[in-house]
Amino acid sequence: MIDGFIALYIFALAAILGFEIISKVPVVLHTPLMSGSNFIHGIVLVGAMIALGHADTTLEKVFGFIAVFLGAGNAAGGYVVTERMLEMFKPRVKKTDDSKAGDES
Amino acid sequence: MMAFIHEYLPYVIKGSYFLAAILFITGLRRMSALGTARGGIVWAGLGMLIATVATFLLPDMHNMVLILAALVSSTVLAWVSGKKVAMTDMPQMVALYNGMGGGSAAFIGAMALFNAVDHLGGCSAGTIVDTADTHDCLSGVTMVFAIVGVYIGAISLSGSLVAFGKLQGWIDKRYTFPGQHVFNGVVGIGTLVLGLYLTQDLNANYIWIFFGLSLLLGLLMTLPIGGADMPVVISLYNAFTGLAVSFEGFVLQNEAMIIAGMLVGAAGTMLTKLMAKAMNRSLGSVLFGSMGGSGGAAIEGEMKEIESQDAAIQMAFADRVIVIPGYGMAVAQAQHKLWEMTQILLDKGVDVKFAIHPVAGRMPGHMNVLLAEAGVPYDLIEDMEDINSQFKQTDVALVIGANDVVNPVAKTDPESPIYGMPILNVDEAKNSIVIKRGKGTGFAGIQNALFFADNNKMLYGDAQDAVGHLIQGLKAL
Repeated sequence: MIDGFIALYIFALAAILGFEIISKVPVVLHTPLMSGSNFIHGIVLVGAMIALGHADTTLEKVFGFIAVFLGAGNAAGGYVVTERMLEMFKPRVKKTDDSKAGDES
Repeated sequence: MMAFIHEYLPYVIKGSYFLAAILFITGLRRMSALGTARGGIVWAGLGMLIATVATFLLPDMHNMVLILAALVSSTVLAWVSGKKVAMTDMPQMVALYNGMGGGSAAFIGAMALFNAVDHLGGCSAGTIVDTADTHDCLSGVTMVFAIVGVYIGAISLSGSLVAFGKLQGWIDKRYTFPGQHVFNGVVGIGTLVLGLYLTQDLNANYIWIFFGLSLLLGLLMTLPIGGADMPVVISLYNAFTGLAVSFEGFVLQNEAMIIAGMLVGAAGTMLTKLMAKAMNRSLGSVLFGSMGGSGGAAIEGEMKEIESQDAAIQMAFADRVIVIPGYGMAVAQAQHKLWEMTQILLDKGVDVKFAIHPVAGRMPGHMNVLLAEAGVPYDLIEDMEDINSQFKQTDVALVIGANDVVNPVAKTDPESPIYGMPILNVDEAKNSIVIKRGKGTGFAGIQNALFFADNNKMLYGDAQDAVGHLIQGLKAL
């Protein structure tokens, strides 16, 4: 059991971490990052599976099915799209490394 | 052996969720730096795989056939659509997948509420919710989380779908009416109040109405917002979905959901702020302002046309050329031709740079992704702050499918809706050439003073064709 205050700590720490990570990101990565974080909340799939796994009534089963369907789409689609975007950032063979390192900030 | 499994399985599952949370955090961290970005998504993906497999091992799981059917069919559909979609359509796919996540969280919350209705009799006052997971009666606090999760998740679902429709071109109008903000405000607050009233008087009809109104609210909020602001809106709904997932994670007592959801909620909020800042728009003006339409003085003068052959000559004999790509390039898929043209110019000894406005295209970084796809090296691509001082020494600025981000009205006309937005100083270049489909206004619906300037020429046509003609012109020299 996670009681209210433990949950509050988890909420707060995760939120601070999220702010920290994004506060120093090059503009180039904004779109891939939006897509990447979009993938990460695909974890909702796990919750949807648990909910459907305990559904009894027909209504719950229908809702649960929809939830799993939507959650899986979020996770799978989010992964593919993010991966394809980041694929574009692969270092080229003839490229020197310095411009890459200097791109930050 | 069975006893052994029974004793340790819960730890394995909890441990898997813990591992998944750590992998998500590490993945997001790696994705936020250029050098490690590509590996980041793999780390996060591994976390998702571990968490999903662990969930199958949970005891007392029923409906396995249904779960597998939904999981497999949706994964295949999303995987294939994600693979097939063109690079230019990525933004709306992000919106679509994000809406799905928000919807999933909303349905989970609604299930918890309906479940609670069925078990109303079994719990004492004040502890009304019986969650599927634990079969314990839970407190009002949990219920509030479930309700707020439904609210936010449903807004994210319908709002993201409208954003998808707008970017896909299915919805090409802004729907506005007088008193809209007040009306939306009343619906928004009223819906939330009804939701919280559920903690006092839980009944299935109210849940349906509450769910429906929340969905409606997402529509109402998003329909009046102009297409130019969509990236900010999608990013905001991304944060919404994260929060909804986190809250429903609390309802289900699932740590991985709580942590990952809140992580995205915060990261998404931060990203939304950064994007809005790059466009010189506050979040308030995106959601409640009215962009486009009237506003700003009419511009005198006429646009002068140029032949592609003349444009090619002008560039070939220039010392410095700056290329400013915009959404028009993305739509026409002109990035490959553009790089081909650039290589010819570089061979002729012309110094060519690409200038990227932070919000060029439909999303920050959109242009960088497309240029990278075409093979343009990073060191030719410059951000706005770095290149803006160089336009004065530039012989030709070639604007390809960009409009509002090069409109000098943003600096000169306080009446204009885009006044104050940072722009690329194309008007300071010695000459500029604008490749554009027609004479219409840009996405924001504002006249562009650059097009009427004396040293500006218009090259009409689809971006891909126009650049193709420029290449022919250059080769003919």
